[in-house]
Amino acid sequence: MDKFRMIFQFLQSNQESFMNGICGIMALASAQMYSAFDFNCPCLPHYNLAYGLGILLVPPFILFLLGFVLNNNISMLAEEWRRPQGQRGKDRAVLRYMFCSMAQRAMIAPVVWVSVTLLDGKCITCAFCTSVPVETLGNSSHPGLSQGEMKRVLARIPCKEIYDGQELIANEVAIRYLRCISQALGWCFVLLMTTLAFLVRSLRPCFTQAAFLKSRYWSHYIDIERKLFDETCAEHARSFAKVCIQQFFEGMSTDLAAARCHPPRKAPADAGEATEKLLGITDQGTMNMALKSWHRCKPPLHLHPPALPSGNGWAGEGQPPAHPPLPRRETAAYYSRV
Amino acid sequence: MDRFRMIFQYFQSNSESVMNGICGLLALASIKIYTCFDFSCPCLPQYNMAYGLGIMFVPPVTLFFCGLILNRQSLVMLEEWKRPQGHRKKDLAVIRYMCSSIMQRAMVAPVIWIVVALLDGKCLICAFSSSVDPEKFVGFANASLVQVQQLLAKVPCKDDELMRNNTSRKAVSRYLRCWSQALGWTILLIFIVAAFLARWLRPCFDQATLLQARHWSNYIDIEQKIFEETCCEHSRLFAHKCILHFFESMRQEIKLHSFSLPQEEEGVEREDDLLRGIRHQDQVNKLLKMWYYEKPPLDVS
Repeated sequence: MDKFRMIFQFLQSNQESFMNGICGIMALASAQMYSAFDFNCPCLPHYNLAYGLGILLVPPFILFLLGFVLNNNISMLAEEWRRPQGQRGKDRAVLRYMFCSMAQRAMIAPVVWVSVTLLDGKCITCAFCTSVPVETLGNSSHPGLSQGEMKRVLARIPCKEIYDGQELIANEVAIRYLRCISQALGWCFVLLMTTLAFLVRSLRPCFTQAAFLKSRYWSHYIDIERKLFDETCAEHARSFAKVCIQQFFEGMSTDLAAARCHPPRKAPADAGEATEKLLGITDQGTMNMALKSWHRCKPPLHLHPPALPSGNGWAGEGQPPAHPPLPRRETAAYYSRV
Repeated sequence: MDRFRMIFQYFQSNSESVMNGICGLLALASIKIYTCFDFSCPCLPQYNMAYGLGIMFVPPVTLFFCGLILNRQSLVMLEEWKRPQGHRKKDLAVIRYMCSSIMQRAMVAPVIWIVVALLDGKCLICAFSSSVDPEKFVGFANASLVQVQQLLAKVPCKDDELMRNNTSRKAVSRYLRCWSQALGWTILLIFIVAAFLARWLRPCFDQATLLQARHWSNYIDIEQKIFEETCCEHSRLFAHKCILHFFESMRQEIKLHSFSLPQEEEGVEREDDLLRGIRHQDQVNKLLKMWYYEKPPLDVS
């Protein structure tokens, strides 16, 4: 138990730091993905906007969903939300707390992607190059270009090698202008997010501290309870399997002995532990029969009650144990004494 | 008990060092972001000043807020400030001490950004190139006002076709960079002297109050950590009891509904103890179903 206690405390004290670590890794992965991504503006009038805004907005959405998927607590939240009320009331505040804390962590990677994209400038340059104010920045008196033509020329601004509108507006001027706007937007976005995070964190003690402590305690409780229940079930399954297999071997040995019409070999009192562990199966034929039977006909998931210990420690001799009747099914009204 | 004592000591010695570590990391991040950031002055008359000063001042504000958010002690201080008085008086000196220590640590990264930006010079050159006196520079003295503004605005852009081989551009650039670096070094000097004086003169003023304030601010921090630890421990024990009760109640129901003789509890093997009377597939399924459909109430009395 002490070992479990230490492990649980480690997990609990580090659950927050573990989730923060995942957050940090996703943020770094997001920045790395952006720099590895080969941005390729199509330089065509209607496609630019779609491509630019798509690269700006779709990956953050994916990263947000990924943040939820990678969070182990999402299944806990769903379970707590969907369970029938039963004897334990449901506290909406706890559900809200769990959801908010997961959403906050999942927001970090998308915010990093959007910030890095805006500060880099390529997406906005690609998306809005057809909207550059030619009157102020360039030579609007350049003759002969219809609206459509001008848009086509402006759309090629991000692709320096095929840009042919140098007389209309200089390529560097347009790119500098667009990048300046993009970086200004980027820093404003970062400032806004940081201010929001700061306000959320600092206003909480001013308003809802007691409710917060309660929600945090019960959300940790639900998490620990689920883990402990899984642990207990695993322990139970282990014991169940052990007894089941033991009873199988004993039953097998008894059956074979009965078939050969001689009483089962009794282990002498001073035989030692190893002989006891053989469970009465001491020759190749019997072992092969046991293995074949295990494959062909697994025992039912129904353990016999433990027999009272006999003189030589051999259980299962003589009469087969009485199977207790199956417990009555759903017709009875079950109640819990907890 | 020994384990708790070790944990106390760990938290005590490391609360300050954790905060200093975060402060240092933010300072390094500040420098790294500045070097990675692709500064690109728009070189347009109305936009230069906004861009240059924006890059100089907006990221420091962001870094300041980040410094406050990442510092755990700011939450502790806010809780202490906002809590109802109850049975424990509030000591404003402790809150002031915590506030000043948080602010000092949060100021390091913004100051580093500003100093690095000034020493680099690009921000100031971008912001103030249109504001220099054109009379001082040969290439710009003879142009009309509007043209001068346009030309001066393009000074930060070395690769612009108008500015590529313009020697006056280099002169303006050097002039502004000189001012920028002088300003940068001055600010750095002022901050370091201020920090030096603050640390050296502090023992001359009210050392006793300072020691008290520092002790009690550490205490509040540790108390909160231990409260969280204890809550975790408590919820673990609560869950353990709750689950044991649940299994027991299952065992009682099975005994009630099956007609076999009650088992003798003494002398039963350890494995059967762990089985808790649940020895059949249906019983296990029933237990799992009950756990989902009817969780036991939160009452282990």
